[in-house]
Amino acid sequence: MSKLTAAIVGPGNIGTDLLVKLTRSELIEVHSMVGVVPESDGLERARKMGVPASAEGVDWLLAQPVKPDLVFEATSAKAHLANAPRYEEAGITAIDLTPAATGPLVCPPVNLDTLSDAPNLNMITCGGQATIPIVHAVSSVVPVPYAEIVASIASRSAGPGTRANIDEFTQTTARAIERVGGAGRGKAIIILNPVTPPMIMRDTVFCAIPEDTDTKAVAASIEKMVAEVQTYVPGYSLRAEPQFDEPRDIWNGMARVAVFLEVRGNGDYLPPWAGNLDIMTAAAARVGEQLARRKATS
Amino acid sequence: MTDKIRITDSTLRDGSHAMAHRFTEEQVRGVVHALDAAGVEVIEVTHGDGLGGSSFNYGFSLEDDVRLVAAAVDEATQAKIAVLLLPGLGTVEDLKLAHDAGASVARIATHCTEADVSLQHFAAARDLGMETVGFLMLSHRIGPDELAKQARIMVDGGAQCVYVVDSAGALVLGDAQERISALVKEIGHEAQVGFHGHQNLSLGVANSVLAQQNGARQIDGALCALGAGAGNSPTEVLVATFERLGVPTGVDVQGALAAADDVVKPFLHRLPFADRGAITQGYAGVYSSFLLHAERAAERYGVPAHEILQKVGEAGYVGGQEDMIIDVALQLAAERERAS
Repeated sequence: MSKLTAAIVGPGNIGTDLLVKLTRSELIEVHSMVGVVPESDGLERARKMGVPASAEGVDWLLAQPVKPDLVFEATSAKAHLANAPRYEEAGITAIDLTPAATGPLVCPPVNLDTLSDAPNLNMITCGGQATIPIVHAVSSVVPVPYAEIVASIASRSAGPGTRANIDEFTQTTARAIERVGGAGRGKAIIILNPVTPPMIMRDTVFCAIPEDTDTKAVAASIEKMVAEVQTYVPGYSLRAEPQFDEPRDIWNGMARVAVFLEVRGNGDYLPPWAGNLDIMTAAAARVGEQLARRKATS
Repeated sequence: MTDKIRITDSTLRDGSHAMAHRFTEEQVRGVVHALDAAGVEVIEVTHGDGLGGSSFNYGFSLEDDVRLVAAAVDEATQAKIAVLLLPGLGTVEDLKLAHDAGASVARIATHCTEADVSLQHFAAARDLGMETVGFLMLSHRIGPDELAKQARIMVDGGAQCVYVVDSAGALVLGDAQERISALVKEIGHEAQVGFHGHQNLSLGVANSVLAQQNGARQIDGALCALGAGAGNSPTEVLVATFERLGVPTGVDVQGALAAADDVVKPFLHRLPFADRGAITQGYAGVYSSFLLHAERAAERYGVPAHEILQKVGEAGYVGGQEDMIIDVALQLAAERERAS
């Protein structure tokens, strides 16, 4: 099968982790790694791995005689909004790992098979990739009028882009909980924890559910979904059985299920505590490979 | 003459934790009216975890935050209404809604090592023309110099005052003093320094006095100590104590005492108290608002609240990680199961 070629724009934590994953892929060949800071650690790694690297930004990329089929963008929402039309003009499909969310939102275990031919696909957020599968697992059994997620990540895994734009994380994730997860209303919370040794990424999903919910059916749906996510993030696991609670006054009379997750990363760039990087880049790589498969069969 | 200090009353924000976020509009109006009449210049009104805090994780507000802010603004004649915002939880959009409702002071809170997540919110608050205050939570977790560097980040981002926030009530006298001094040295010529104390080790008022003596000019309190853990430094005690020390606060002592006794005390279900759970929080350095959540998890899973809090402290969880309390309770319950 012929490989698709892909550039990575944004050599920070996410871009560098993705670089490691894509160099292992049988369906994608890394075209180049592009940044704007010459002394970037990510660019240096790319060069050492024999991947063309440039600190001259997207201008450099689009001036190359042979352009990539795909670009994975891991910069900031603002940068992606500026770059997206240029990729489209150049006929390059963009897989967006920023919270810009201009294109359709993709969460592989929920909607990978129904990917559109859109020129731009958005990977939501790390917290979204970790939690939306669970929201979807619950909402496919019972109506979920409201779902809320709490993502706790190690401070060291949150780069300057994430820190400067933390509102975009909460807003994009909340929207995706609704549109992809299937909840009536979504809310997202992100917490940075500086403890040493760093804490492994943790995610909690709370879904409001009907009082007479078939809890066994919901629990089975959640377990099936966890197994599905484990096919591309082996360190994704439940910390405990899903917890079902009766309606309470302080929850405005809603019954709920609470799901406690741990996301242990593969340790490709940052160590295994940075599960947030791993689940984001593994999901993005999966989307790229799906596009490669589709191209090969079309 | 001694510089005047400004008291910010947080009964209607930190006290929201102790009330399980069930304040009514009538209570808000009553408290604002009494504080305003006593001469308190800043009154904070928000869900305990700030704008957007209404949730499964922290507890849902009985009444919409923005409506309560609007009621407080309506009731106040001279006091400014402040709101709290924790980046990662509340957003600039929430801040704009609160500003539209009349809030004029934005207090932006981060964990003490994560000040750089607040820059977008300080910029927005300044653009809206709001007064800005930075809140470095769980200030006991890092040393004075490191804390001062984080305060610097907030001031460079637009904070006009930065607080040493003793969220766990864990600072013991000199610890508070050193942190205030370090902040005054680093940012004192450009911004004010504030102190927010908790009573878990009964040192909220004493720490506040030390803070004032070391240069702090904004001090937080709450009527009847109504706040997370064993509560905040009681506003009425702060006002009385500072008057005896000859430090002007602009607040009338009798007015503050009346506000506490006649307005707040009658609607309290329980007075904040340094019980086993709350003292454990001060001792182990645990975020004060975890207390009621630990009590609920203790009841649900049959494990003692103070053991949960001890474990939460050991794990180094920070403000906002209320979900981890259930996780810890589940682990403790599983350990008990295996041992029996």
